[in-house]
Amino acid sequence: MSDRTLYDKVWERHKVRELPNGQDQLFVGTHLIHEVTSPQPFAELRERGIDVAFPERNVATTDHIVPTDPETRDDRPLADDSAEQMLSALEQNTEEAGITFYGLNSDRQGIAHVMGPDVGATQPGTTIVCGDSHTATHGAFGAVAFGIGTSQVRDVLASGCVAADKSDVRRVEVTGELPDGTVAKDVILKIIGDLGVDGGVGYAYEYGGPTVARMAMEGRMAVCNMSIEGGARVGYVNPDETTYEYLRGREFVPEGRAFDERKRYWESVGSDDDAVYDDVVEVDVDGLAPMVTWGTTPGQVAPVDEPVPAPADLPADEREAAVAAQEHTEVTPGEPIAGHPVDVAFIGTCTNGRASDFRQAAAVVEGHEVADGVRALAVPGSTTVKRTLEEEGVDRVFRDAGWEWREAGCSMCLAMNDDALRGDERCASSSNRNYVGRQGSNDGRTFLMSPAMVAAAAVEGAVADVREFDTGGVLR
Amino acid sequence: MTVEAPDAPDDLRVTRVAGTGVAVRGDDVDTDQIIPARFLKSTTWEGLDEYAFYDNRRDDDGEITGDHPFDRPEHRGASVLVVNENFGCGSSREHAPRALRRWGVEAIVGESFAEIFADNCKSLGMVAAEAPPGVVAELQDLVEENPEAGLEVDVAEERVVYGGNEVDVHVDEAMREALIQGVWDTTTLMRDALDETREVARDLPYVEEVG
Repeated sequence: MSDRTLYDKVWERHKVRELPNGQDQLFVGTHLIHEVTSPQPFAELRERGIDVAFPERNVATTDHIVPTDPETRDDRPLADDSAEQMLSALEQNTEEAGITFYGLNSDRQGIAHVMGPDVGATQPGTTIVCGDSHTATHGAFGAVAFGIGTSQVRDVLASGCVAADKSDVRRVEVTGELPDGTVAKDVILKIIGDLGVDGGVGYAYEYGGPTVARMAMEGRMAVCNMSIEGGARVGYVNPDETTYEYLRGREFVPEGRAFDERKRYWESVGSDDDAVYDDVVEVDVDGLAPMVTWGTTPGQVAPVDEPVPAPADLPADEREAAVAAQEHTEVTPGEPIAGHPVDVAFIGTCTNGRASDFRQAAAVVEGHEVADGVRALAVPGSTTVKRTLEEEGVDRVFRDAGWEWREAGCSMCLAMNDDALRGDERCASSSNRNYVGRQGSNDGRTFLMSPAMVAAAAVEGAVADVREFDTGGVLR
Repeated sequence: MTVEAPDAPDDLRVTRVAGTGVAVRGDDVDTDQIIPARFLKSTTWEGLDEYAFYDNRRDDDGEITGDHPFDRPEHRGASVLVVNENFGCGSSREHAPRALRRWGVEAIVGESFAEIFADNCKSLGMVAAEAPPGVVAELQDLVEENPEAGLEVDVAEERVVYGGNEVDVHVDEAMREALIQGVWDTTTLMRDALDETREVARDLPYVEEVG
């Protein structure tokens, strides 16, 4: 059983009591709310005559259903009736409960997992939950953060707590020097490929080692974000100076002496040198190549320049799924995925919708027009990210090359708004899931990769190797 | 501290599920398959029964093909779903178990479940029991070859009984206790501890004021 890890320490500090079924009642430091998983819980509380217990521990925004088309962004009611109902419900619910809400007209609006870090609501040593499976993103800061279901959202609103089972802790030790052209996204895709899409079930993943220590916060967020694709509900990185400096000066972070005091707490929650783990795995990224998924789960992934595996070469229990997946994606086993045609390029999401993701992609986009017939969408993860990039002129780079520069939202990751694949389109995507139908068309095909790789695919009209582009050292 | 289970009304206790079965085969069935995201655009839980495996049940023209187990007449009324590995992975959408529930599923037996999905089952008082691949294969064959066969999932005894046979399954302790005690709706239970919760919050350096 793990001991003296960040996970253990944060858990103990937030434990209120043990529940009759043996689970722990954990205090929730920050509850992030969005429009898709909150209307029913608020309605149920109203029916039960219960108010929100700790409104100040909640922060709400709108992300899943929002239009990203700049032309229609400000139209209310929203053109989509059901989207309008969800947004209106959230506006009304947060106002009644006295919960901070970053709505469509707020310059803080964004994907919950981009907004939290933007404003500094995401901090080390906290517990963070949200009715969204990608909540582990916040673990990049040394928070214990995990996705919950809608009934659990009701629990959190009513009690400020969540009922949870403590997981085992697996240390994922990442060593080696990331080669030019590879980034955090390639690391997490490799980890999922190595450990499997259910390898993390029952575990909290602690990512560490020299490679993670050198990563900027955005990279750590991309890694932690996709923990759930590897089966782990929780993923985190111990906080360090990179974390503290990222947080300094952000809205929710105290200043001056209060900052120093807060920092002492942050420093105290990291895993001890002699911490005990339930499991340790080492992942070496020396020689890593850009990774691209070839199938319909994030674990069906290969380096861009290596042959897509033939099902017969895979372990027996993976063959049937691989055959079905390759039939769907129409990749050719035995040949590298590079060169596989692409109709849509999509950069954004809670995985890769941060400023540095677009800056990296821009190094490829600059001076390279989008290939004929390719629809290319750049969708910043938050309005803050969008404004930052616009101030730097990054938006111009994308626009000049033929990209659509959109407003912030979840967009084509899951196509709950108008941003969807059509028919059997093939999409190079910086998102996190390549499930059948995920991007809004049951026949659509998704190829997951890093933002710069998506940009390269947009230029070539096919999956391409970003290492063949001169990116001026941005991807180093 | 621990807290004693409150006396739950008997109709909240889930000790066994008995009925006929239906098998959905395949590893890593994600919640986008169980219910596509476009059906999450609602402020209520209405209509979910129509959406379970919506796209998998239809052809390119949106017509029900009739081939999916959920559309086979012999599986109408089934209450035990038998699945393979990592069922319910992906999105945290509680709409997924709810859609299955509305279709008629009261218990799922599978090789393994994604954690959030299993948690969501528990929140609904729905059973998710784990069984080794051999047992799952046996049960899937059984319900396909003999859809009339009755199955009983016994939560307390952690076993499935069918046609005079009996196989062991595993029900996660927290789920098992919650179902047996009838305390799977934890909202009121946890709200009862607001004072203790405030104490924990006050001890946290980052919580500046406790409401």
